Amino acid sequence: MSIALNKVTKLIELDFIKKAKSILTGKIEKEDLKNFFRKVIVPLASVVIFIGLWHLGAKALYNIEADYKIEKALSEQGQVAANEMKACIASGDIKCQPNTLPSPAQVLQAFKTLVNDHYIIKADKKAFIEKTASLNAKRLAQGETAIVYTGRPSFVDQIFTSIRNVFAGFLLALVIAIPIGILIGLSKTFRSSVNWLIQIFKPVSPVVWLLLVFMIVKTLFKDSNSDSSFYISFISVGLCGMWATLVNTAVGVSSVDKDYLNVAKVLKLGPFQKIFKVILPSALPLIFTGLRITLSVSWMVLIAIELLAQSPGLGSFVWEEFQSGSIDSNSKIIVAMFVIGGIGFLLDRIMLTIQNMISFNKNEGI
Amino acid sequence: MAYLELKNIYKTYGQGDNVTEVLSNINLTIEEGEFVAIVGFTGSGKTTLVNLINGLLEPTRGEVLFKGEPVVGTSHERGVIFQNYSLLPWLTVGQNVFMAVKVAFPKKSKSELNAIVAEYVAMVNLSHAINKRPKELSGGMRQRVAVARALAMKPEMIIMDEPLGALDALTRGNLQDEILNIWGKDKRTALLITNDVDEGIYMADRIIPLRPGPNATLGPEFKIDIERPRDKTELNDNPNFKKTRNAIIEYLMEIGNERKSEVQKEYALPDLTPKSFVW
Repeated sequence: MSIALNKVTKLIELDFIKKAKSILTGKIEKEDLKNFFRKVIVPLASVVIFIGLWHLGAKALYNIEADYKIEKALSEQGQVAANEMKACIASGDIKCQPNTLPSPAQVLQAFKTLVNDHYIIKADKKAFIEKTASLNAKRLAQGETAIVYTGRPSFVDQIFTSIRNVFAGFLLALVIAIPIGILIGLSKTFRSSVNWLIQIFKPVSPVVWLLLVFMIVKTLFKDSNSDSSFYISFISVGLCGMWATLVNTAVGVSSVDKDYLNVAKVLKLGPFQKIFKVILPSALPLIFTGLRITLSVSWMVLIAIELLAQSPGLGSFVWEEFQSGSIDSNSKIIVAMFVIGGIGFLLDRIMLTIQNMISFNKNEGI
Repeated sequence: MAYLELKNIYKTYGQGDNVTEVLSNINLTIEEGEFVAIVGFTGSGKTTLVNLINGLLEPTRGEVLFKGEPVVGTSHERGVIFQNYSLLPWLTVGQNVFMAVKVAFPKKSKSELNAIVAEYVAMVNLSHAINKRPKELSGGMRQRVAVARALAMKPEMIIMDEPLGALDALTRGNLQDEILNIWGKDKRTALLITNDVDEGIYMADRIIPLRPGPNATLGPEFKIDIERPRDKTELNDNPNFKKTRNAIIEYLMEIGNERKSEVQKEYALPDLTPKSFVW
């Protein structure tokens, strides 16, 4: 058990857990303490400093905004209105709160609200399904479609939608980029025939990909009832993210060590054996580096695309909150920001773990 | 009919103005069951010569005949032990050998193949490391895996390209004995490329120096008339050994000096004095 735990912590490179464990078990050495200080105390301190600075910054911005509001009331409506505004801001009334960068406390509050909101919506959904169960059974028996819950998705639902989208996009990128990358790496003719395409399309912005995919998907799904927004977002994400994998696969395949190719020749391996037993395994580390970049690019691009295309997910959540302008919407946006960052980090770690398991060089991740 | 025959081999690299002739007018015959060593300076074209014989390269002019047939591409009949081991790092020791055995004997069942793998891995004393990857092995162990891989395919001829060059003296001695053992057991033909004259004398029936490239060509051959099995410690007192060794080294020194004198050129340095010298 403890060996397995060590392996996991080493793999995800959180070996401060190990350090903490050795401190708890009483086996402390000077080196351990030094490491503990560097890997636990220092990061924690930096988090505290970060939150402190954020708090002070938010407070300063709040004051600027409040002063501006009072000033404006004074110049437009006179002293009485200014005094009223001052009192109103001080009282914490919602209708005159300065709208600016939220403080850490507000963000925490918004996070709690969002979680509560999720439970409320979940309960609501459950109640709805129970209520319509018998009716749906009847409708299905009569050959009609069932009634589905069409209420607002909660923040947590949006997270899962986004994760589903990013994985769909990632899979699409993988399915397109790896085979083409292998072909490009193997054949110089094929490489020169598609090189212009790669060079031109690689730097294209996600926004443009979205529009292109929108044009095509809109036409293809004209008659179908299915939700085209899912297709639009994951296809755009796949097309934006696949380039890193494509290029890395091509480089990995075309730069196989000459010694390995000589081995393949001396053993007289057939073309398929040569590709699957020598070329691909040796290119695997580079392919995985590409996949890792693809996944993080996909996640970044997905949020932007959801925001632009108004397809469900964290991106549209952020946009809707920004548009709604309610008192805690700024805080909710910051919550979403942290969640997006956290998930991005997690995805990267998962890929790194897989990469380390597969790679024969056991290279240390960055 | 000679077993392996090289006739007027020329090999050039590059095109147009950048042509370098690495090998010129190489003639060599090896009889079946012979152990021949080729010694030469580094960079004299030894690896090119090996690759011509094993079929990885084609000669620019001339022909390589193996059992009377021209060599086209590689063949399982000629096993190669590379200078830099060339093990596949993602496969274990057993898998590396298995891969070779499988292509050499496509008709055998998996258990038969595994038996061959086990036999040859045991022969190089690596049974304990059969499930390890090359990264976890020392240089000598890796080279032993490469030896096992080449021999497990049961080639008629073993071609070794400085197989022991990167090893320390002790491991080197052990592996020399192991290779000789295997060669002696079923009397295969062997060609050893080396830069170590002592190694050549200890192992081979004939030593042929390769004159340094470009335009490398083979020098006169030296026969080694020392009874097998040879003993390394006794070898030092053997008058035959001393004589041959001195003759070969003398020859190599001579061609080395020749090369130097060819390169030596008077470069007239301009007579310059610094205009101003500020400390």
